[in-house]
Amino acid sequence: MAWTRKILRVDLAKGTCADEPLNMEWANKYLGQRGLGTKYLVEETDPKVDPLSPKNKMIMATGPLTGTPASTAGRYSVITKGALTGAIACSNSGGFFGNEMKNAGYDMIIFEGRSKKPVYLFVCDGEAELLDAKSFWGTSVWDTEEGIKEKHGDPLIRVASIGVSGEKGVKFACIVNDMHRAAGRSGVGAVMGSKNLKAVAIRGTQGIMVDNYAKFMKAVAKGKQVLAENAVTGEGLPAMGTQVLMNVINETGALPTHNHRDSQFDGAGNISAEAMAVPRESDGKPNLVTNAACFACTIACGRISTIDRTHFTVVERPEYHVASGGLEYEAAWALGAATGVDDLDALTFANFICNEQGIDPISFGATVGAAMEMYETGILTKKKTGGIALNFGSAEALTELAELTGTGEGFGAEIGLGSKLLCEKYECPELSMQVKGQEFPAYDSRGIQGMGLGYATANRGACHLRSYTVASEVLGIPEKTDPLVTDGKAGLVMAFQDATAVVDSAGICVFTTFAWGMDDIAPQIDAACEGDWSVDNLMKVGERVWNLERKYNLAAGFTSKDDTLPKRLLKDAAKTGPAKGLTAGLDKMLPEYYQLRGWSKDGVPSNETLSRLAL
Amino acid sequence: MQKSLVIYPEKCTGCLQCEMACSYEGEGIFNPAKSRIKVFNFHDQGRFVPYTCTQCDEAWCLHACPVDAITVDLATGAKVVSDDVCVGCKVCTIACPFGTVNYNQTTGKVIKCDLCGGDPECVKICPTDAIAFVEAGSTGFDKMRAWAAKTDAGAQAEA
Repeated sequence: MAWTRKILRVDLAKGTCADEPLNMEWANKYLGQRGLGTKYLVEETDPKVDPLSPKNKMIMATGPLTGTPASTAGRYSVITKGALTGAIACSNSGGFFGNEMKNAGYDMIIFEGRSKKPVYLFVCDGEAELLDAKSFWGTSVWDTEEGIKEKHGDPLIRVASIGVSGEKGVKFACIVNDMHRAAGRSGVGAVMGSKNLKAVAIRGTQGIMVDNYAKFMKAVAKGKQVLAENAVTGEGLPAMGTQVLMNVINETGALPTHNHRDSQFDGAGNISAEAMAVPRESDGKPNLVTNAACFACTIACGRISTIDRTHFTVVERPEYHVASGGLEYEAAWALGAATGVDDLDALTFANFICNEQGIDPISFGATVGAAMEMYETGILTKKKTGGIALNFGSAEALTELAELTGTGEGFGAEIGLGSKLLCEKYECPELSMQVKGQEFPAYDSRGIQGMGLGYATANRGACHLRSYTVASEVLGIPEKTDPLVTDGKAGLVMAFQDATAVVDSAGICVFTTFAWGMDDIAPQIDAACEGDWSVDNLMKVGERVWNLERKYNLAAGFTSKDDTLPKRLLKDAAKTGPAKGLTAGLDKMLPEYYQLRGWSKDGVPSNETLSRLAL
Repeated sequence: MQKSLVIYPEKCTGCLQCEMACSYEGEGIFNPAKSRIKVFNFHDQGRFVPYTCTQCDEAWCLHACPVDAITVDLATGAKVVSDDVCVGCKVCTIACPFGTVNYNQTTGKVIKCDLCGGDPECVKICPTDAIAFVEAGSTGFDKMRAWAAKTDAGAQAEA
């Protein structure tokens, strides 16, 4: 129960689809989604494989809670070797695609090989087939999603697809479902494109069962109540979305600005949640239309926005005069503060394009930020950018590059390399703000020290969603720690990493953890699934998943030398704000972190650790 | 005293908790495809609209049924399908002007909202109170109150 206990294996080279039973022994050790998908990838692929070769596999995986009424339980993840990083990639998405996959009868879909011609997978209630995607190839995510629904005559089909960016191998291409929900990071869309797989379209009407309904309904109701009564999940997020953070993080002095040269942004207020609610002059309406939920989510942090119809980006393009997925904090930061652009409508437009063409706004914005610094220092010139004046703060440059990168054209093809390769190409690797090839998200590790350790050790490269110690260091959840000190952060980061691995393996959203502790989560999993899913066991699952990912990366060729941060964060002190004078104190945290993890000084899990975790 | 469902689309976030509660009550499984209430997402407008049977007094579905499988629950006013009697002819699905009676391919019977015997699960589960169950004679009072408040505020401001 809770699991459908069935996997769909799609061999793209042979064009076959076959059912197989879920390995329940692994499910009991890795729970589902992130953990279980990773286990399958580790067992079935060579960690040294080229991410874009047919030998890499791509796994779409749900968790045991996916499709149930547990709050936020609609998640699914894409697990593969990342095109951006060459590390383990696990990108998690909400919307309504994960629950549809479960309702169609599958816990997981494993894609292997490469199709000779563009195809899409169509799944309906236990039946699957690969169909010709010729008419969708070369079109956007939005056109593909609408086109597939129209072709099959069923508006209730859920689609996850790639844009032209994924077809062309943009390193940070993502997989977008439900128009504006994405498995966003690490370039999973480029892997999908390399397989000539344009989309996965699913219709499922079979329903989800759980082990103990009475216990489950009680645990789920209690969980929802905890979310409703919490200030963050019950008030802040529904009202303001993740954008509630823009002014908060800026005041904390941890808003990376101008490619991390600064850590506060003068224009933060103009691109904040507060700004999204201000009626505009042209039509008296605000940017924000409404908040929106993913499947089963009782928080509803999602933003639905419109662009000012008189704005230069859309004044002659009525197709963008519609409501769609609006700015979330990470996107607003990357498209805004990282590039110095504080034009809310330009950011909303760039975000629309990221969704429409399937590119990760974090890596895109951060790479544009790096390119702007290269332009300012003369490394890039108009001749090289195809005539684009790449000045910090240029809304025109940002929005033009969003379109060019989305289709992999002109200088957009170079932005599509990601900041690491772009900066290496122009012999200025020190300007790339990334870890393991993946660009930082929206928190400066000089002003929030725990995040620096989290970034350095995150298995998929720089990421806020692997250990969101911002919760503790800024918001005081579950208890307040000082963001400016390194003491105690090794243990804090490890605890967050392990707990998040559980959440990501269960089928629920990490945002629940603003309110839920493992004591709230465990009873829901325990009631839904057979077996022992106590807090203790789940935390061990989390630690096991973390170590499994670590082992994969080590086997892929990463070493402790990759557990680091760019020199800018380690050597250049923050210039303003509460963190003024501070650098990221990674060296003070990393050895302790390795020790707590039970890893050697070189960051390798000891035999004792591996056997304790049954790895 | 009868009660009616009232829906406030502006409060709906599109989470589909109502669809799961409905299918669990009706089918014993979490399955939005088998829900009697459906939430429609008008993506380009940023609107979510839950929609279900409003229990017509002169119910087209009831009158259309050739085997009298749809009867009135006298306690709630709900038009209720008897699975034992329904032959799955689907005439009611055509007769209903609102489309709120639908065929269940798994059972071969039609399904429609039965107000859960007078305590609708969708109402209880909705996290934003977008679905309410109120006294049938005052379903518009919330809206009237909202407009009345504006009127009053205007008068006060002038005073």
